[in-house]
Order: sequence, then structure tokens, then C-alpha cells
Amino acid sequence: MTPIISLKDVGVRLGGRDILHDVTAEIFPGEFIGVFGPNGAGKSTLMRCLLGLIPRSTGEVSVFGKPPGHANSVIGYMPQSRAHFENTALSARTLVSAVEGGNRWGMPWNSPASRAEVERALEVAGAEEYADRPFAVLSGGEKQRVMLAQALIGNPRLLILDEPLISLDPRNQARMIECVANIKSTTGATILFVAHDINPLIGVMDRVLYVAGGHAAIGAAADVISSETLSALYGTKIHVVRAEGRIFIVAAEGNVTEAEHHDHG
Amino acid sequence: MVNEIANYLSYEFVRNALIAGSLAAILGAVVGYFVIIRRVSFAAHALAHIGFTGATGAALLALNPLEGMLVISVIAGIMMGATGNRLERSDVAIGMTLSIALGIGMLFLTLYKGYSGQASAILFGNIFGVSHSQIIQTIILSAIGLGTLLAFSRKLFFASVQPDLAEARGISLFKLSIAFMVILAISVSLASQVVGILLVFALVIGPAGIAARFCRGFWPGMITSIVIALISVWAGILLAILTSWPPSFWITAILFVLYIITEAISRFAITTK
Repeated sequence: MTPIISLKDVGVRLGGRDILHDVTAEIFPGEFIGVFGPNGAGKSTLMRCLLGLIPRSTGEVSVFGKPPGHANSVIGYMPQSRAHFENTALSARTLVSAVEGGNRWGMPWNSPASRAEVERALEVAGAEEYADRPFAVLSGGEKQRVMLAQALIGNPRLLILDEPLISLDPRNQARMIECVANIKSTTGATILFVAHDINPLIGVMDRVLYVAGGHAAIGAAADVISSETLSALYGTKIHVVRAEGRIFIVAAEGNVTEAEHHDHG
Repeated sequence: MVNEIANYLSYEFVRNALIAGSLAAILGAVVGYFVIIRRVSFAAHALAHIGFTGATGAALLALNPLEGMLVISVIAGIMMGATGNRLERSDVAIGMTLSIALGIGMLFLTLYKGYSGQASAILFGNIFGVSHSQIIQTIILSAIGLGTLLAFSRKLFFASVQPDLAEARGISLFKLSIAFMVILAISVSLASQVVGILLVFALVIGPAGIAARFCRGFWPGMITSIVIALISVWAGILLAILTSWPPSFWITAILFVLYIITEAISRFAITTK
């Protein structure tokens, strides 16, 4: 099978600093890839590089057999930056409609076909219930689903979701993951799911892409989330502790516990 | 009273005031709606004040203040636009630029002999002093501004709502941001003829800010914004004629009352939900 995404010895340099080097990975159609790593490791940078929003300094990247940025019309992207609409009463539906046909000239006037596409995206994301309420008054989980609906416009074959679980409680995390897993099984889309904690995604994801220390490792969760692989990535001794069906990543020195660390940043 | 109004409409200066006021109101309402969505109100406010340097500089050189203002604020708009989506976070840089621009404008005014009358017209507007040639200028500029904005409003709305996704879909945020800021510069220059530089904020941000507070769709918000802008400008000019109080006062007062009512209703709606 030909990979959808292929990265060969990719390096990314931002602001005079090497963020990533020698990243090599292949991702195949229909895979659900969990992307993990500590804060600032370059997960978002790697995702933006795949979209062609950040140039690579070395190596080769191909997405759908093309250079990054050339197949973005079939990629749905949910960025990490969150929308702010405190001053407006614009509804969730309006904000999803803005994405539909959003790169056409002219005025934001939607045809019946466009409106049907917006409905479909809202429904798949499970956001149709509150689609007419102002975005500003929605809860964190509801807002994230609206953003997922925006990413779903145009029926993408690849979904790049950057931290869709951030600042969600466990119940909403589970709903979001279930929703993405459903999208994968119904549409056959490939999923890149950036997250902080591995545990909620165990059982849903096919493989893991772990980014740390400027490097990345890809493979089955059991292989990548191991003391040897992570110690090599971090460049320091890392213990992977499995207990109560959960995985904890602990630095041998200090007390870094990725799995327990819920970051709101 | 109807007869009285009809009588006033026979005066050219009243008709000119209504034409210039309506055009500035429509352009301001449409541009302002995007200002609210993009959260660049402070930049809009600053553009008008930066334009003050151009207006007073032009007056000093015996040129048309509107043209002077237009040149300076368009240049400032391009520079602000070039910062792209960092604009909403550039408060200090904008504030410093706005202060020095006002300072230089003040210097120009001091050097200019016809000090107070001209200053008052630039700062607080002189809608009844709009000449025939200014009307032509206003028509051309608002047609260019409105036409261009509507031609790329779909892209602009997408980029304002979800910039990262828009960029991924091939929209140049940089070009859009510059184009929008140039149109904003035109809009504040035209609005300053009506209400003056100090009160431009009311006409460009007011109607859109009020409409955006309760309209959930793009078009309802846009149309409500235009209606509010036109009503406040027309009513302001009418009340100014009847009372001989300045139109700038009436326009800002009407918008302020509408704002207070909207704010009260939407707060009440939230607390009772």
C-alpha cells in the first residue's frame, strides 16, 4: 500500500532553532495515528509542516503524493489556537458556514448544497443540537466540536486534529474520541490526533507517533511507548510504567509524569 | 414639521450632508462588522488618529485635508496589515504610533495659521461643510471600498473566523490583512468627514458592534449594522437641523443610547437563561 504521508529525514528550523531533525515516518490510508510528546516538542510544528504552512529545512515530505500544501483541499485541519468570539453572537452554524466555500471570491452567500454540507459536518461532529446558539456561550467541549465540524467541511480524506482534547473533562474527552473514531470508520479518513495523554486513545488508535527531543518514532503503541524507545528519543532515562491498564511515562530523574499531567496551555 | 424638513432638503448643504453621511455610514457599517469579527477595533481607532497627522499636514500645505488623511492612514493601514494576525496583540506598538501621530498633528496645527476652525472641523467633523467636489470624492472612494470588500468578503470572513484553517486551504492571510486595512483606512477617512477624527470610532465600530451583539448570522448582522448606521446618521443630521446642536453630538448620542439598550437586553438575556 502506498503511504498517504511520507516523511524522510525531515528537519524543521524555526527562529534559528532546530525544532525537528531526521524525522522519518510513513502513514497509510485509513490509519488512526496518535501523536504524542511533551510540550514544545514540535508536534504542532510537524502538523503545520505537513500542511505546508511551515517550510522544512531538510529532507523530503510528501502528502497524497504531492509536496505539502498541494493537497490541502482534501485535508481537514483543527488548529490548536482557539477561536474567540466574545463580542459577537455569531452562531456555531454561521462559523461552520464560513469555512464552506470559504476560499471562493465574492460574498459569503451559501447555496442549498453548501448549507447541506454544513448540516452534514455539524451532524457528524455531533454539534447540530446547539448549532444555532451563539458560539461564545457554548461550553469548552461544545466549542471543540464546532471546530471539529469546521475541519470536516469538504469531506476530508485526512484529518489533522491538533490537541482536540485540551481542557476537556474525561467525559467530554471520551465523547470527542468516540466521535473521531466514528468518522474514521464511516468515511475511511486517515486521522492524525495530537494529544497530551496516551491513555484515552488506547484501543482507538492504530499506531503512535511520538515526538520528543527533536526526533520522532512511529510504530505500534506497545513498541513506541517503551522505556528503550522513549529513553532514546528524550536522550535521558525514561521509565514506562503500566499499571491498572494505564500507561505512565516517568523520567528516571525528577518527576515528569506525562500521563498524569493535564496541561491547559 | 414635515414641511420644515422638506424645506431643509432644498438646501444643497443638507443634501450633501445626507449623501456623504449615508455613504460613510454604509461603508463604515460593512467594514466595522469585519473589524468586530477580527477584533481589531483599537487599530481602527488608531488609524483615524494617525490620519489626523495627514489631515493637518495637508491643511498646513494648503491641500485637501481628506486627501492628506487618506494618504497617511492608508500607509499606516498597510503597515498594520503587514503584521497580519498579530495585529490584535500589537496594542502597545499601535498606541505608541497613535500618540506620536497625534503629537505631530498637533505641531502641524500650531504651525498652521487658521488654527481653531480647521482643527475643530478635522477633530469633530463638519458634515454641513461638505463641498460638491468632496461629494464626488466620497462617492468614488466608498464605491471602491465597498466593491473591493464585497469581492473578497467570503475569503475575509473565513480567514477572520478560522485563520489557521484558511491558511491551510490556500488563503494568503497577509494579502487579505493588508487589503482589509487599506479599505478600513478609506472608511475611517470618509467617516471622519461626518463625525470627525475623534468620533470615528462611534460610526465605524458602533453600528457593527451593536448588531454583532445579538445577530447570530452573517447577513442579519451585516444588514442590521447598515440599518443602525443609516438611522443614526439620518436622525443625527435631522436633529442637528432642528436643534442647531452639532450633528456629531446627535449621531454619537443615538449610537450610545442604542448600545446601552442592546447591552442591557443581552445581559438580561444571559442572566435569565
